[in-house]
Amino acid sequence: MRLATQLAVESDQITADLVEITEFPQLAQRYQVRAVPRTLVNETSIEGALPESEYVKAVVAAAQKS
Amino acid sequence: MALLSDRDQQEIRQQFAGLTGQVTLINFTQELGCHYCRDTERLMKEVAELSDKIRLEVYNLQIDRDKAAQFQVDKVPATVVMGVKDYGIRFYGIPMGHEFSAFLGAIQDVSRGTTDLSPESRSLVSGISQPVRLQVFSTPT
Repeated sequence: MRLATQLAVESDQITADLVEITEFPQLAQRYQVRAVPRTLVNETSIEGALPESEYVKAVVAAAQKS
Repeated sequence: MALLSDRDQQEIRQQFAGLTGQVTLINFTQELGCHYCRDTERLMKEVAELSDKIRLEVYNLQIDRDKAAQFQVDKVPATVVMGVKDYGIRFYGIPMGHEFSAFLGAIQDVSRGTTDLSPESRSLVSGISQPVRLQVFSTPT
């Protein structure tokens, strides 16, 4: 979670929404969130908590796809 | 009773002693149909009181529609964590549990306008030229 906000600070292109999913069950359903944490990069999913280098690489790769 | 214990307050106050730039927390709330709005607003007030670098603004999603549109907030409770500029950081729901440390970290990062990410990470991210929306879903425990 912290990584997402750090990326938003470091890049003007990135925004970070941190969603407490039990309060927004409609979003859990819409994005089929079954396990947390789950990061959606635009529409691509990153599952689980990753170390910084892997998370950043996954975000950059997903950003290039979309 | 306060949401933050005396001990929590003391620890956070120490963390916030290092804040350099002004931080604005913008909390969106509503009276009805929002289970955690009241507690979220209370938490924001308690956090904002722990540093004179933090300012809190509270808006009602139903009434202050211009502000909601300005910050692109469409659900509550929502809290924007802003420094000298809006970095696009939004917390939806009450940021307790796991989210609380991310929330405190975000306050410190926007205050400094930078983070502790490695030079490699920063270099990778600097190559992003299209808008990217990260949505991180979590639970309090």
